[in-house]
Amino acid sequence: MRVKIEPRLDVPRWMPFASIFGALVVALLLGAILLAYGGLDPVTAYWQMLRVGFLEPYSFSDTMVKATPLILAGLGVAVAFKMRLWNIGAEGQLFLGAWATAGVALFWLPPTTPKPIMLAVMTLAGFVAGAVWGAIPGVLKAKLGVNEIISSLMLTYVAIQYNNYFVYGPWAAGGFGLTAPFPKTAWFPRLTDYGNAIPALRGLTAHMGIVYGIIAAVVLYVIFKYSKWGYELKVIGDNPNAARYAGMNLSRNIILTMVISGGLAGLAGMSELAGAVHRLQENFSPGYGFTAIIVAWLGRLNPLGIIIVGYLFGGLLVAGDVIQPAGIPLMIQGIILFCVISADTFTRYRIRIVRAAPVTATAAEV
Amino acid sequence: MSESQFAFEMRGITKRFPGVLANDNVDFAVREGEIHALLGENGAGKSTLMNMLNGLYRPDEGQIFIKDQAVRFSSPREAINHGIGMVHQHFMLVPTQSVAENLILGQSAPRFYINYSELEAQVAELSEKFGLAVDPRAKIWQLSVGEQQRVEVLKMLYQGAKILIMDEPTAVLTPQEVTDLFDTLRSMTASGHTIVFISHKLDEVVAIADRVTVLQRGRVTATVEGKDTTKAELARLMVGREVLFRIQKAPAQPGAEALVIENISCENDRGLPALRNLSLTVRAGEVVGIAGVAGNGQTELAEVIAGLRAATEGRVIVQGQEVTGKRVAAGEQSEASKGGSWDIQVSLDIGDSSINLSKGDERPEKQAAPIMVSEGLAYIPADRTGVGSSPNLSLIDNLILKAYRRPPIGKGWRIDLSLAREQAEKLVEQFNVMTPNVDTPARLLSGGNLQKLILAREISSRPKVIIAVYPVRGLDVGAIEAIHQMLIDERNRGTAILLISEDLDELLSLSDRIVVVFEGQIMGEVPPEDERVDEIGLMMAGTRVEAVHAS
Repeated sequence: MRVKIEPRLDVPRWMPFASIFGALVVALLLGAILLAYGGLDPVTAYWQMLRVGFLEPYSFSDTMVKATPLILAGLGVAVAFKMRLWNIGAEGQLFLGAWATAGVALFWLPPTTPKPIMLAVMTLAGFVAGAVWGAIPGVLKAKLGVNEIISSLMLTYVAIQYNNYFVYGPWAAGGFGLTAPFPKTAWFPRLTDYGNAIPALRGLTAHMGIVYGIIAAVVLYVIFKYSKWGYELKVIGDNPNAARYAGMNLSRNIILTMVISGGLAGLAGMSELAGAVHRLQENFSPGYGFTAIIVAWLGRLNPLGIIIVGYLFGGLLVAGDVIQPAGIPLMIQGIILFCVISADTFTRYRIRIVRAAPVTATAAEV
Repeated sequence: MSESQFAFEMRGITKRFPGVLANDNVDFAVREGEIHALLGENGAGKSTLMNMLNGLYRPDEGQIFIKDQAVRFSSPREAINHGIGMVHQHFMLVPTQSVAENLILGQSAPRFYINYSELEAQVAELSEKFGLAVDPRAKIWQLSVGEQQRVEVLKMLYQGAKILIMDEPTAVLTPQEVTDLFDTLRSMTASGHTIVFISHKLDEVVAIADRVTVLQRGRVTATVEGKDTTKAELARLMVGREVLFRIQKAPAQPGAEALVIENISCENDRGLPALRNLSLTVRAGEVVGIAGVAGNGQTELAEVIAGLRAATEGRVIVQGQEVTGKRVAAGEQSEASKGGSWDIQVSLDIGDSSINLSKGDERPEKQAAPIMVSEGLAYIPADRTGVGSSPNLSLIDNLILKAYRRPPIGKGWRIDLSLAREQAEKLVEQFNVMTPNVDTPARLLSGGNLQKLILAREISSRPKVIIAVYPVRGLDVGAIEAIHQMLIDERNRGTAILLISEDLDELLSLSDRIVVVFEGQIMGEVPPEDERVDEIGLMMAGTRVEAVHAS
């Protein structure tokens, strides 16, 4: 008896969904084994995570806060991935967006600037800074054929160190790797701000960034589905030679895509600062830009899917803040991605168990 | 002949794909040491049948016997272990590796240390034995298509194939290479190998095959002895009717100059001169055929006209307008700025570089930036799957590949999806593209149907000039007829057509004038008359028309 792996010729429609679901189950089981090995009761741990991340009165709001940067950066990653442009430097683009946001809020505009103007300029600055950081690998790829995977990843480390230079150097407040807090005019409206009028909102920290996320998702959905540009992305992603033959400008599209991709990641950084952190600091992102890659992929590059997956991963991060040891949700994240990617194998191949003597067979056996 | 002399036998094979019955109770038996042609139209089920023998597909019903023993393969590796090897239409070679390295690809031996000199000696010996001349140290990308095919054959022989399946082997070859291949095949059968030769070219089948099995719509219509049959009989068995070998057409009525090529020179992918100071004019309402052995600048000529390759010198004029070097960026930018909501920032000038996104290949290309496939110019590329279509996208998406940019399909920033669907359904019906529906990915179409789809797209743009490169290569008789008729209809409508082909019959049948190229230069022009074939042949070999007439 032996196991044989054969490519599937046609994939049933339900297969991708079944594979994701199966992967989640397997991931949770694997996670349970590791939890038990670490001396924790898996059932209690999972229940805790579920409760803290999704079921408590505050869960929705807290999870939203974590989901917001994941969704924005995830959408950015998805734009590039749609064209099979592997921008994995969303983290760096997010840091640059955050840096520019802090510059506007603290130094380049007076704190007395009216809130709408302040936030609008911060938004613009965050997008542009992320876009510039995304455009660098884009231009290198378009002009010189430099592999964007490497350049975008390497630029992430540059961005993080650039940020560190500012928070420890020129912008430091006391030398602790953080700037002074933003003036109130540079804060996104939060639910809790309306707590006086509606007591139920008191203490809820979900902020306006999620509105950015939802708008961006809807816009991207429309672009992917109905626009000429979305069509070009699809064709270039599938067959660049056909795209060139059809007269599409690949270089321009590569740069444009990286600009938008980076811009959205920059917005994620902007929104995180204006909505949650309210200052620039070292390591303000627990790897949102990297988790965004997982989010985009699990959401199958579908903007609406990314919102859902972003929310679920946001919940995992929230749970991480209360579960000890704190690494567990992150570990589970990793296991989930690992399982989902592995499960893709089952959609592309089928696995048969063959009994001995495979040489002789009858027509009935299929 | 007794049963045991069959090299292999397929009995009662049935294979279904969603919506298609590809093979219907097929019996196919091949004797040891023969060249057995498997003849049929595109989509008749030839490749499907052989892919089952090769372990790529599994039959839904039926059995395969090798020397009277039932076998069941679930991968090509198992097939090769039983001595069955297949050379596909699309080669499976690693371009950056050498011939010798490609041969041991996927082999269990050698395990760790590769003795290259010994390996190369083995390869050279095999080459010599079967007349497959190829340098074992050459990298695959340096080889011509014909040489790459030899490597594929060598690979199969090296891996111990006794039964070799050749899927449309001549489709990519020059006439000389075809002759060489046939010599090789004969020497292989002489040393005990068995050949299955998949084809739909009647001439070749008659020339090479010991026996012929004809498939029509997934069923075997007959198995005949090669020497007893005629082209006409085979054609009838293949399509179920007598085939018109020559298209009926009225004399051309050439109008104004639609396409003028002035002193064009350009380089090929390796940076060597491909066209040398070539000039040519095509008038409205005529078909000008370009004859020549492959690799003499024909594809480069088409690419320069279509703006996919930079000319080093000279001009291309379409409908009185110079299009040389006209870049898509200029045309697209103005379009997008009219209604483009996403066209926000990029004021960066995109220079002359372009980029290849293909997997694993990060080198920038040598060719120029994409140039506007200008209005009124339709280009039917030689590579249907690699260039002419986007395999994983739907037929709708493939049909709007050019039209998405302009009204009525392109409306401002968006695409009118319902109109696109409506038009796609109309075109699929009008051009008789066989497909379950318009949402089907293009990769599931057979070659003939894919080419019909591409023609439907190009012709529906109402072009003034059509550049058709090998438009019927690899297609069956029925599809060839349909596509030739489409081209002639276009000519009669007043379109100028530049036809590039290696098939003299096709050129003679379609063209109003034939121009012969050799090494990027025009050797001369001939009227398309059968009695001028020898003349054309001489010119294809590099003799100028004056010299031909002088002798």
